[in-house]
Amino acid sequence: MVMMETTSAAVDKIRCDACPVMCYIKPGAAGACDRYANHDGKLVRVDPHVILERTVSHGGKLVPFSRTEDWDGKIVHEPSTFVTAIGAGTTYPDYKPAPFIVSAEVDGVDMVTVVTEGIFSYCGIKVKIDTDRYLGPETATVRAQGEAVGHVTTSEYGSQMLSLGGVHHLTGGSKKEGRVTCDTLMDLANCKAVELTIDGGASVVVQAGQPPIVNGMKEERMRVGCGSATIGMFAKQWHGKVDEVVVVDDHITGVLSEHQAGKLLDIADTGIKMKGRRSTPGRYFQVADPGTGWGGTNISDPLAILGPFDAKEAKPGLSMLMVSTTGEHSSYYVLDETLKPVETEMPAELKFSVERIQENCEPALCTVLFMAGAGGSLRAGVTDNPVRLTRSVKDALTRVTSGGAPVYVWPGGGITYMVDVTQMPAGAFGYVPTPALVAPIEFTMKLSDYAALGGHMDYVKPLAEVQAGDDVRQLPWQNPIPGPRA
Amino acid sequence: MTRLPQIALLSDGRRLHLQDGPIDLVVEARGRADDVRAAYAAAARRFTGLLDELCAELPELRSAAGRRTSLKGMVARRMHAAVAPFAADCFITPMAAVAGSVAEEILGAMLGAATLDRVYVNNGGDIALHLGDAEYFSVGVMDRPDRDGVMRTMRVDADDPVRGIATSGRHGRSFSLGIADAVTVLAATASQADAAATVIANAVDLPGHSAIVRTPANELQPDSDLGACLVTRGVGELSPGEIAVALESGAECARQLFDRGLIEGAVLQLCGDMLVIGPKDIERQEARPRQLESAVHA
Repeated sequence: MVMMETTSAAVDKIRCDACPVMCYIKPGAAGACDRYANHDGKLVRVDPHVILERTVSHGGKLVPFSRTEDWDGKIVHEPSTFVTAIGAGTTYPDYKPAPFIVSAEVDGVDMVTVVTEGIFSYCGIKVKIDTDRYLGPETATVRAQGEAVGHVTTSEYGSQMLSLGGVHHLTGGSKKEGRVTCDTLMDLANCKAVELTIDGGASVVVQAGQPPIVNGMKEERMRVGCGSATIGMFAKQWHGKVDEVVVVDDHITGVLSEHQAGKLLDIADTGIKMKGRRSTPGRYFQVADPGTGWGGTNISDPLAILGPFDAKEAKPGLSMLMVSTTGEHSSYYVLDETLKPVETEMPAELKFSVERIQENCEPALCTVLFMAGAGGSLRAGVTDNPVRLTRSVKDALTRVTSGGAPVYVWPGGGITYMVDVTQMPAGAFGYVPTPALVAPIEFTMKLSDYAALGGHMDYVKPLAEVQAGDDVRQLPWQNPIPGPRA
Repeated sequence: MTRLPQIALLSDGRRLHLQDGPIDLVVEARGRADDVRAAYAAAARRFTGLLDELCAELPELRSAAGRRTSLKGMVARRMHAAVAPFAADCFITPMAAVAGSVAEEILGAMLGAATLDRVYVNNGGDIALHLGDAEYFSVGVMDRPDRDGVMRTMRVDADDPVRGIATSGRHGRSFSLGIADAVTVLAATASQADAAATVIANAVDLPGHSAIVRTPANELQPDSDLGACLVTRGVGELSPGEIAVALESGAECARQLFDRGLIEGAVLQLCGDMLVIGPKDIERQEARPRQLESAVHA
């Protein structure tokens, strides 16, 4: 076991007993070998060979866990111990066999996991930021510490996507750009908070699994839908309780009385005049500029997006609810004698509908997916004929995981995969000064399949032998079994 | 549980990797297949227990070297012999030659077991060589070890006296008293090269310069053999003139060692500037195209 309590006369220093050098190691420092370190008074392997042990507790005793469904119906159950690549040590650029090629006998069939760490200079991170606030124009440069590390890409439902890293920022620019990009990717991948600024846009603090902080404001909720969709979802609940509803949205602002959903409920025209460009009835684009105000627009007073009410349709006393797509902002108005909306205390049943919108908005999060391609040299560490590994993965004979976490392998050439970094053990990523990221990657397959694809059979170690070593960190298995896809 | 070193052939089937505690060796022997096999077996045998042997005498190995020594182990005595010529002029412990001495020991064990054409034992950059008749090694030197550098090469021929190569500097695993990015030394043996590289790298310095951050070694590693000596932790912006002064200070040291017959040559590097001492030519190689480099990483 690597995590060993070490007693020592010295309060802060510890004595490492991993080898006879017996280094005294200060907190936060490593021993002479650079392999063992003092972490808060505990001796830890800096590059521990992590074993994720998927077990269930049974009467205080750990017993092997067997699932009824196989991952693809062809391959045997995976071993109850899953060996991950973290700390396996990479062998780049020697193409020597991956440091650990583990075989475990399960149900009479030998399974092989080839455990290695890949050095990826062809790698990047896709960030999904749940926010309606305007982060910046599409294709704008995203910076960390002033260096270009990526760009703003498409905006999907309720989220802004960023694409960071990639070979051009890592090795195609200045040394500093490469270093900062590498640091940024590593921090994000290791679930640390990173501040990014977007040219012509916002500053955003991104941390995997945490709400984004846009221009110093923590995002609370992700919108339930665009303004038009919100009208569709809530029209029935508003019917009879208010004459008009405007759902303010930077993308598509919805207007109940004009919207198809309102028409179906025979809601009367109200004489409302919206600014912006009408798309289809009750749906308006560009009612304001993007910003961090109501519904991702730049407005703080929602009346700014309305023109004067049409006297032919509007009547004094007409009621109107204005609400943002997240329910975060809302106001209630009644038209006065001159048909001007006057803000009034919101009736309880409308407050309830605003709360319902809020309730249906999921917590806003940042999601960080690490994406990389396993190139020829990495695959050569697994087999002497790299392309067979690719084919084996595509044929679903070989399962790919990263730090034990399930990955999505892209169709097409090579082994390009994406993994949710929050599913991986802490500290899974490292770097080399190239600059490039070091990430764990495992290939699991039947021993016979491994031999067939030209595996380094001489290097296959039984699982028990890896576990017996003193450089293994066992972690509880928290995740579902890695599948061929999800 | 008995602690055994990790010993395995690398995937090319030619090189042997040996690792124990802080020692990491990559060995390659060339010769007849059965000779190579016998030599690798001998290397594995000698390597097993070698670290324990050294650790048994660790306190003395970590003390300043005197003229005489009571050290017993072969490797320990070789470490002492390698640093002894410098002991009168500066603080030095046998630990300054540990890597080269271990490499030399393994090389010796291999040559005792078989007749080989050409061998290297690379202990983290401190390398012991064997060259049979008409054999040679091309030795690569990075010209910016602090960054991605261009490889330069030196050729070591069988009729050169060089059988040891070592590199020392502030970027390595051990501490340096100087500011050199790297000092690579060619010497008759790996242990001599190791000790001399340490001494020359320490001499590449600008004492008292405000841009240089120094910390007592024992604040970083409580049991460092360097005790409270100030070791270099950072080097700020230096002017071209200052770089030249620091390099020249190291070069003067290297010339003295060359004149005393302790080294066969040295390459000193600081902030992108390079100085070569000795008769060896150093050739600049074509930079590898960036495209190729990134392709290799994938």
